[in-house]
This record gives sequence, C-alpha cells and structure tokens, in this order.
Amino acid sequence: MVPTMNESISYFIQQVINGLTVGSTYALIAIGYTMVYGIIGMINFAHGEIYMIGTYITFIVIAGLTLLGIESLPFILITALIISMMVAGAYGFTIERVAYRPVRSSKRLIALISAIGMSIFLQNYMRLAQGSRDLAQPGIISGSWSLGTDEFSVNLAYMQLIIFVVTLICMILLTLFISRSRVGRACRACSQDAGMTNLLGINTNHMIAATFVIGAMLAAVAGVLLGLYYGVVNPMIGFIAGLKAFTAAVLGGIGSIPGAVLGGLILGTAETMTGAYFSAQYKDVVAFSLLCLILLFRPSGLLGKPEVEKI
Amino acid sequence: MTKKPLFTNLTSAFFAAGLTLFLGASVMGLRLKSEGITLGVELASAQTFIELGLAALVVFLFQLFRDHIPKLTSNTKARLVIPAFMRTDKQQRLWLMLTLGALLIFPFMTGRSNIDLATLVLIYIMLAIGLNIVVGLAGLLDLGYVGFYAVGAYTYGLLYTYFGFSFWQALPIAGLFAAITGWLLGYPVLRLRGDYLAIVTLGFGEIIRLLLNNLTEITGGPNGISSIPKPTLFGLEFARRGDNTFHEFFGIAYSPVHRVIFLYLLALLLVMLSIYIIRRLIRMPIGRAWEALREDEIACRSLGMSPTNIKLSAFTIGATFAGFAGAFFATRQSFISPESFAFIESAIILAIVVLGGMGSQLGVVLAAIAMVLLPELAREFNEYRMLLFGLMMVLMMIWRPQGLLPAKRSHRELKTTNAEVK
Repeated sequence: MVPTMNESISYFIQQVINGLTVGSTYALIAIGYTMVYGIIGMINFAHGEIYMIGTYITFIVIAGLTLLGIESLPFILITALIISMMVAGAYGFTIERVAYRPVRSSKRLIALISAIGMSIFLQNYMRLAQGSRDLAQPGIISGSWSLGTDEFSVNLAYMQLIIFVVTLICMILLTLFISRSRVGRACRACSQDAGMTNLLGINTNHMIAATFVIGAMLAAVAGVLLGLYYGVVNPMIGFIAGLKAFTAAVLGGIGSIPGAVLGGLILGTAETMTGAYFSAQYKDVVAFSLLCLILLFRPSGLLGKPEVEKI
Repeated sequence: MTKKPLFTNLTSAFFAAGLTLFLGASVMGLRLKSEGITLGVELASAQTFIELGLAALVVFLFQLFRDHIPKLTSNTKARLVIPAFMRTDKQQRLWLMLTLGALLIFPFMTGRSNIDLATLVLIYIMLAIGLNIVVGLAGLLDLGYVGFYAVGAYTYGLLYTYFGFSFWQALPIAGLFAAITGWLLGYPVLRLRGDYLAIVTLGFGEIIRLLLNNLTEITGGPNGISSIPKPTLFGLEFARRGDNTFHEFFGIAYSPVHRVIFLYLLALLLVMLSIYIIRRLIRMPIGRAWEALREDEIACRSLGMSPTNIKLSAFTIGATFAGFAGAFFATRQSFISPESFAFIESAIILAIVVLGGMGSQLGVVLAAIAMVLLPELAREFNEYRMLLFGLMMVLMMIWRPQGLLPAKRSHRELKTTNAEVK
C-alpha cells in the first residue's frame, strides 16, 4: 500500500521528533566532551562510562523507591536526577584526580591511553558490580499525546516532552553558569590561557576539576533521561553513547558548547532518519561515517574555530 | 623534598577514604535483579561491604603516608640491566639461537593444549608487534587495529568460500588487502591530529565489524564463515584420509597432534619473519623517520620530511601484519565471525604494547606472553582480567609510560663518540 501524502508527511515529522529526542540527550553528553576538551585539550574517553553509571544509578533509585512504597512520579524523577548527578559528579572528580591529573603534562598519547584504560576499567567495574546482562525497567512514564486527525497524526510521548524540557533547562542553567558566575568566568579564563589564569590567583586545578564535575553531571542527566526512555541498561551502553556524543561534539566544533548542542541534534536526527528510511542496522555506521566526513572536510566543525598549531 | 605536616595529609586521607566509600557503595551497595518484568533491588552481601571498608582503609593509609612511600617515579634511566653473559653480540646471538632451538623443540615435549596456547600467544605477538609500529614507533594511536585483523581473516575466509583459495594463496592477498584498507583509511585521516585519529580508527574498527555483521548475503552475518581449511605443507594435508596426506607420505601413523604442531611451527615462522622484517625496518631511514616524527612533528617537517607519507607508511605496514595474523587466525580456528573482532581485542593488543614498552620489540614480545598466559594460568581471575587490563593501562601511564622494558634509543651511539673524544 502506497502511503498517502499526509501519512508520509506525518511519518517524517514523527521521525524528526524522535530524532530530536535522542539528539538532545547526545547534546547533553557532548557538552561534557567539549568542555573538557576546551579546558585541557584532551578527549575524556571515560565520559561515556559516566553516562552508563548515571543510568544504573537511576535504575537503582527507582527500584529502591518502589521497594519503599513511594509512587509519586515527580518525586521519583527528581530524586533519581539528584542522586545520579551526585554520584556521577563524584566519579567525574575522581577520574580526573586519579587518571588525568598525573599525566596532564605528558604527551597527548600518554593521556589518551590513560583515558582508554579508565574507560575499560569502569566498564568492567560495573560488570562486576551489577552483572553483564541487560536489565530492563519498564517505562514508569508511559502514554503520549496524539496530535492531529486520523490521517495526519503525530505522537509525542510524555517522556519525550520531559526530555525536551529537562534538556532545555540544563542548557539554560549551564549558559547562565558559564557566562555569569565567578566559577564560570574562571573556567573560561582557564580554557583561554591556563598559565596566565594561574598567575592571576585562580587555582586552575580546581577549575579543571569543576569542569569534569559539571560535564559528568550533565552526562548523568542524559543517563537518567535515556534510561527512562529506552528502559534498558547494560555495562556496554556507555561505549556507543560516548562515541556518538563525541561525534556530535566534533560535528559542532569541539570546544564550542552551542556547537555540541547543534551537533547532537543533527546527529540524532540523521541517525533516526537512517533507521526510518533505510535500515536500522546501519544507524551506527551513519554516525561514524558522518564523523569521518566532518573530520576530513571541516575538522573544526560547524561552529568551531580553526585551531592554530603553536610551536 | 619538604614534607608536608601529617595534619594536611590527614584531611585529604579522610576525604579520599570517604570518597572511596561513596563511590563504591553507590554502585555496589544495592544490586539490581530482574523480578518478572520489572526490576528489584537487594542489599549487597556483607562481604561486599567488608571489602569496601578495606578498600577505603587502604586508600586512607596510602593518602596518609604517601610522602613517606618511596616514589615509583618514571625514571627513564632505570632500565633492566643486561646480564653479563649476554653483553656482546656473539653471546646475544648464541642466546637467540638457544631460545629459538627451545621454541622449536617445545611442541614435541608437551601436550596438545599447551601447543594450542603457545600458538595463541604467537598470534598475539604478531598483532602486538604490528601495532607497535603504529603506536610505539610512529606514535599514532590506532584503536581500530582489530579492523585490519578482521580484513585479513575475512579475506581468506571469503576467498576460500567463493574461489576455493588455499591458505598459502590467500596469505599474501590477505596482507595486501589489509594494507590497502590501511592505506585507504590512513590517506584521509592521517592529516588529523592525534586524538582525532584515535576516535576515527575506533569508529573504523566498529564499522568493519558492523558491516561484517550486516552484509549477511556475503559474509554470513553473525553466523560467520565456517569450515575454513587448514594449511598444507607443500600440498600435504594434515587429515586422516585424503589423496595426499602428511602421514602417508612420510609413512608414519596418523596423529591429530601433527596438525597442531604444524600450526605452531607455522606461527613461529611468521612471527620470526615479522620480527626480523620490523627489526630491519627500524634501522632503515623509514624507521628512523617514524621515531623522529613521534618525538617532534614540527622539527620533522622543518627538515623536509613529509609527515603524512611517513605516517601512512607506518599505518600501512602495521595493517599488513594484522592482515597476515588475521589469515592465520582464520586457518587456525577454521571458523570466523564478527564476534572475534570486537573493540576489546584492540584494547588487549594496545595493553600489550603499553605494558611492553612502546617501540621495544623484546618488551612487547614478553608482554604478549605474560598477558595471554597469566589469565590462562589463573582461571579464577578471568573475571577480573579486563578490569586489571584497564587499571594497568592507567597505572603504567602514570608511573612508567615508557613500559616495563623500554626500547634502547640510538643515543647509545652518541655516548660512544663522547668516550672516544675523551
């Protein structure tokens, strides 16, 4: 049966909504990559793992609260957000302190290998702590709005709306924090010239730690949202999500926060479109090919500034 | 070195111990378990909490006395001293011959499972010395090395399935295909800065695996390719029955161990050849250029070298060895599937290179032996294998980034000239 014009348009709009949902969570993770890159110029390979830890904590919190007989949805959601942000922040802080600070002054390759080691460590740490099987949590927030008439209907799940709203709030708070607060200003100064910032009496180590903690907290928010959206977790989800988010960060221009958001949205949409019109199996291939293409033709990304090599 | 008063350490020790408890308890304190269609939690066992407490105590004591612990710094001068009986070239050659002899006799003295294990070690040695060219010598972080390994293995698998190629016909083609893939991938991406390269190669490794998994009509998808034939010795087959079998030709009784021994010796030959070729390459201008590029790209460019070409040569040659190893892997297993070429394999090979000392051939060989044998010997630690690999990579980078057995640099030559001047 050939779909009618209306059906294909509504199908398309539906896919855009789905794509933006996934894309906005990629954006949340990508911000962590971009901020860390902006301030110390290295790729935090273990960032995807923080997202994975965030998802696990969400599931633990939900299961724990259900056990205690608490059923108020907003309460569960907010508790899950707060606790997983706290735990993820602590992990982000520790990772920076243990694996990155001692090698910060070494060559790039050294820091990169240390980061990969940390990522492998965290994956297997979680596998030992919670088992390697898929754990499924049926969506606690179900239901959706159906917009339009019979021929032209688009579904907006409540969960999707929550993802949009929470992501938007996070972005606004982050923008305000970076542009207005003292710490935010110090962070920006640090990413421009760490040595000079240090001379001006700002402890750069603290600022770098703060960057890691903020990035980790945003990844945890993404973990909570995607955990509730997909309802499945296993120790390996951080690997692919991390790669995707990194692609998003590079796509938008690494080091640029609006770029990370834009990259995340584009990547999420592109991926969903491939799944919808081509084949779901090639979703991941598209993401990586996009990464290769953007690095070849515009290494500085959509919104990034070209980097000048300093001697 | 001035020592900080114990008090400041005490605060940081309490902080670190508290952090350890928080991190551990948040993840391990409650265990998720499936209950029908939903999830439940249960409190972890008392043992978990006791272990957590112990971990916190260790962290506490470490932080408290960290200034008093002798530093395990990355002292570049500290390298293994060559024992007195193998100082001169002649003695070294003698030891090399003895080792080689022992390796040749080894399969005839031991059982089948040990030979199999030794063959596995040899495959990893081959992969690790190949990756060592890219990571150790040229300083390019390649996280998709297993992709070339897969190309090599599937080249033989597919050539056999569609055209009936034998192992010996397919081996050079496997190396060639892996090299071409390496060149095609490297040509565009090697202009990128180091950390982008890492991610792109990681993505490449995944793309190869996904393609092998999804192109079901050609590669058999997740089911892989099975009953790939074993190699022959100048046309002699290692089978019980056949037109031209090994045991009939030599008039000995058939034994399945012959084939295992043959595979081992073949792997040994391939590894020895690879080591020899790479040893020569390192001493050639191209090898020197790799190391120079790793140390200082800008200086290299100022001297008129083309960084892209040098990197590309390292990348392509490294890929070739992975291709050979892949073809051998396919013939040894008789069965290949995309499962065998996951990212974790790349990580293991990288861990071997890092442990052995980037750029050091002997170090990498010893590290490969240790990394493959230790988990086999201590089966109960198998669960913790990857955890320890990850931890080891971090610790090595902090304490001994040059590896356990660092490569000797050509600065030795400078020393001798200095002595002559005196």
